[in-house]
Amino acid sequence: MSTEVSKTFENESAKRDGIAVHAVDITRCYGEGDTAVHALRGVSVDVPAGRLTAVMGPSGSGKSTLMHILAGLDKPSSGTVEIEGTEITSLDDTALTKLRRKHVGFIFQFFNLLPMLTARENIVLPLEIAGEKVDPDWFDEVVTKVHISKRLKHRPAQLSGGQQQRVAVARALITRPTVLFADEPTGNLDSRTGGEILELLHDSVETLGQTIVMVTHDARVATIADRVLFLGDGEIVRELPETTPEEIQKAIQEIGR
Amino acid sequence: MIRITLRGLLTRKLRSSLTAIAIVLGVAMISGTYVLTDTINGSFSSLYKEIYKGTDAYVTGRSVVKNNMSGMDIAPSFQQSLVGRVSSVRDVKVAVGSVGSASCSIVGKNGKVISTGGAPNLGFSIDPSVSQLNTLSLVSGSWPKAGEVVIDQSAADKGGYKAGDIVGILTNGPVRKVRLSGIVKFGSSNGILGATLAGFDLATAQRLFDRQGKLDSIQAIAKLGVSPARLVKELRSALPKSVTVRTGAQEASKATADTSKQISAFQYFLLAFAGIALFVGSFVIINTLSITVAQRTREFATLRTLGGSRAQVMVSILTEAAIVGVVASITGLLLGFGLAIGLMRLFQSLGLELPKNAMVIEPRTVIVSLAVGIIVTLIASARPALRATRVPPIAAVREGAVLPPSRFHRFRTPGSLALTALGFLLLMLGLFAHGLTTKEILLTLGGGAVFIFIGVSLVIARVVKPIARAVSPLGTLAVTLLSVVVWPLSVLSWLVKLALLRRPEFPGVIPDRVMNHLALQNSGRNPERTASSAAALMIGLALVTLVSVLAASLIGSFKGAVDAIFTGSYAITPVNQSSVTGMPVAVSNAVAKVPGVEAISSVRAGFGLVYGKSDMVNAVDGQPSQVFRLDWKVGSEKTLDSLGSNGAIVPERFADKHHLRLNSPLTVVTPSGKTLDLSVKGIFKPPTGGSAFGDVTFSARTFDANFQDPSSMYTLLKMKGGATAANSTALDKALAGFPNAQAQTRQQFVNSQIAQLNPILMVLYVLLAFSVLISVVGIIVMLVLTVYERTRELGMLRAIGVTQRQTRRMIRHEAVITALIGGALGIGLGLVFGVLLVSRMPYVSFSLPTGQLILCGIAAVIIGIVAAIFPARRAARLNVLEALQYE
Repeated sequence: MSTEVSKTFENESAKRDGIAVHAVDITRCYGEGDTAVHALRGVSVDVPAGRLTAVMGPSGSGKSTLMHILAGLDKPSSGTVEIEGTEITSLDDTALTKLRRKHVGFIFQFFNLLPMLTARENIVLPLEIAGEKVDPDWFDEVVTKVHISKRLKHRPAQLSGGQQQRVAVARALITRPTVLFADEPTGNLDSRTGGEILELLHDSVETLGQTIVMVTHDARVATIADRVLFLGDGEIVRELPETTPEEIQKAIQEIGR
Repeated sequence: MIRITLRGLLTRKLRSSLTAIAIVLGVAMISGTYVLTDTINGSFSSLYKEIYKGTDAYVTGRSVVKNNMSGMDIAPSFQQSLVGRVSSVRDVKVAVGSVGSASCSIVGKNGKVISTGGAPNLGFSIDPSVSQLNTLSLVSGSWPKAGEVVIDQSAADKGGYKAGDIVGILTNGPVRKVRLSGIVKFGSSNGILGATLAGFDLATAQRLFDRQGKLDSIQAIAKLGVSPARLVKELRSALPKSVTVRTGAQEASKATADTSKQISAFQYFLLAFAGIALFVGSFVIINTLSITVAQRTREFATLRTLGGSRAQVMVSILTEAAIVGVVASITGLLLGFGLAIGLMRLFQSLGLELPKNAMVIEPRTVIVSLAVGIIVTLIASARPALRATRVPPIAAVREGAVLPPSRFHRFRTPGSLALTALGFLLLMLGLFAHGLTTKEILLTLGGGAVFIFIGVSLVIARVVKPIARAVSPLGTLAVTLLSVVVWPLSVLSWLVKLALLRRPEFPGVIPDRVMNHLALQNSGRNPERTASSAAALMIGLALVTLVSVLAASLIGSFKGAVDAIFTGSYAITPVNQSSVTGMPVAVSNAVAKVPGVEAISSVRAGFGLVYGKSDMVNAVDGQPSQVFRLDWKVGSEKTLDSLGSNGAIVPERFADKHHLRLNSPLTVVTPSGKTLDLSVKGIFKPPTGGSAFGDVTFSARTFDANFQDPSSMYTLLKMKGGATAANSTALDKALAGFPNAQAQTRQQFVNSQIAQLNPILMVLYVLLAFSVLISVVGIIVMLVLTVYERTRELGMLRAIGVTQRQTRRMIRHEAVITALIGGALGIGLGLVFGVLLVSRMPYVSFSLPTGQLILCGIAAVIIGIVAAIFPARRAARLNVLEALQYE
């Protein structure tokens, strides 16, 4: 990836207007011949910068596969994916890893914090791994935003599920990634805590201009998403911009049968 | 339930087979030891049967003295006239008298003595006219006439001789040139267990071995119809009490019993190392099963919710262990056979030709190997199995359930400290208590060491974190230095990979602070695992350290002793140091004539009865006061020069024990039964490192007159100008006729004496290497299981930007930390053991083997790096996506 390209996108407004991830005609099949399973059958999608894009759909619709391919964790059987202008499907493991360091953040359903590190150490881990310095102002801003500043010395086992996920959000934001992928971030939390996490993600889009792609079952995502993509049988079957929970419920019922 | 267990074992193939390795090696050492020693025993037994097969009655001198070193009887020779008395006994058909020597070397065409790698140089008289008593057969040439010799095929090959050549024979004088009349074979083999054979006619042999008018043995054949037992009875009544008569079969089994006594000492020695290997292996098994049980918590809980009882859970784990134990033991048994064959091949290539006997596999070998392997595995699995029974059914539905602590948990630390203390107590008892037999001492010391190892391994689980923090920077430093050292090689391999169109990462040497920190944190996550893996390595390294401390202390003390005692400038020593005998006494006379020699003294050694027990006795000739310096309590160096025919000197310890003072009487019985009445003229204090003199030392004149085959262990010289090139040349020239003697300067003498220790050290280190190897397997298994357990975590790390190389480095550093904990504790414990043991050894003072200890530390780091290779690769190659979704 070239540094000039990424520098151009440091600019907040450029990010808003630009496309963070650009995927064309992605297919993904597992296995061969008769037993082949087509998880994605030609999906093209642009993830707009500075927006929250939600991906929904029933189990087996291919939404997780799509997210993994957009994030460079999986390779498509055909098609191309660009993150900030870098074609990622042909990169080798090391190059991909380095691209993830700079451009990609993750939030997982099961938080995936390192149990032996404190909250603070977990948050700055991606920077440390990449050998970068922690910007103290940015660190303070992030931990304040996720409301975890008083728990920085605690280890994950001493934190509630919601708090752990807040730490995970902070860990994802600390590198100012081009795009943040969230995989069912509320799936392992109770309803109220889940709502708080969604609110937090929404807030980071609004105030920080963070680009987010979220795979979820949670219908409340409608209240925060700028756009909802519905997947069914490996294809985008519907796209709802600026929607309401009711519309999402309706769409889920139609698509999910 | 059994089906589930089997299914489980198969799905965890890698782990099960790695666990098995821990047992396989130990069992292989047991079965290999048995097969090897049984086969050697069998070889000797059939060898002796072959030698005595035609003999009905065998007459030897009655022995009163044993060789303390080998435990063998020393039989004196007797008058040749006895053969007439044997022949005149009614039922004797024919009787043949013969003489023999175990120090009859053959000099090769190159002028050097044909080396045997420690086997004796046998010389003997043969009488081919009585074919029934002749075990040799001619390959070429003819039987020896007066002044001729026959030698065995392999000696002829090594020496480059064929029948008709002139051969140099070295006995108790300068080399004698003898015509080689023929080449012989023993039975079907070219030689006997690596020994060289030289056969002469009786008169020649008597002359060569200094046995004029004497015989060492008489072989008799009975008349038809007379049993050997009856013949022996007749002979016993006809012969004096100074000889012993046995049947050929009895003589063969006595000889076999004598050798097998030595072989069984060797067997126990090897079995002890097999025991150490199994002990280390049991640590690995306990650790592996404990980790497995922890990882299968949910599985056991599910079984419990489905109605499985605690007993069923326990049985399922024990069954799993038993299956691993059985498979591993059988594999080990077979591997042991291979090991034994390999070692026998090795012996053969070193010239120790074994008779063409089949490998001896006793039922005992199979039974003991399998039983020990299976029992050790089962014992090791008991604790993990018990732990598994404590898994509550509720764990089935709870994320990340942990096992409840045991009822005895709170007693663990005090308990393990108490165990360690008990171990040290036993060690002290074994070292310092009086009146224990050798067996009791060994058992107490062994038991003490086992308790200490177990106790310490339990204690370190409590302190893994601080130790890990302490050794982690050390590991970083060592790995960085090693990476720098091998960096050129890494670059080379990088270039090769580059040429093969792969895209390798350029090799770097700068440590990854973050990954190392994560590794350090990881090592403290399951302190018991880290502690257990480290403890396994600790045992091996503690013993390696102990051996190197002992070696350094022995060498240091010996050097000190030589400096303290020996004031001369040259030492003449036998070339073949491992040979049973020293140099001809004549060496001394030859050297004394060299111009510039100011003083000369030779030391003899032999065995005699002192206060009713076989003991080493020494004798000196020449001017000992000029080359020896001792710390005298009674007498002085001058005493050594004027011992006369009955003067003796004794060390202080011996004098105190037997209340000896100046002019106290002292008797020594020689192997031929003669009593020497001596009188104490001097009492000396040997320096640390010991002296050249044993319990009793008298004049060489008395020794040579009363002991058979006197020879010099070494001859010490004082020369004008000290050690110079000219002096060395002059001495070498004087020794030209004695290929078995060499002139060494003081420094060369010290070095060559020390070098004798090297083969023993080598064997010890190789045997301990097995245990270290098993502990490496232990670290590998731990890491593999840990990687497997932390799959999702590794997936996350990779997702947020950890490269494959960083992943590898993280695993590697955890391995290095574990190995360094084991190394630090092992070196520490080894030093403590060493100090204790050395403090108990007479004439030895402690020396610190700094170099070896640093090597040991480096070895620990390398062990960590090597152990990490496979698990680290696995961790780095995890599919990020699958890892993230892993439960």
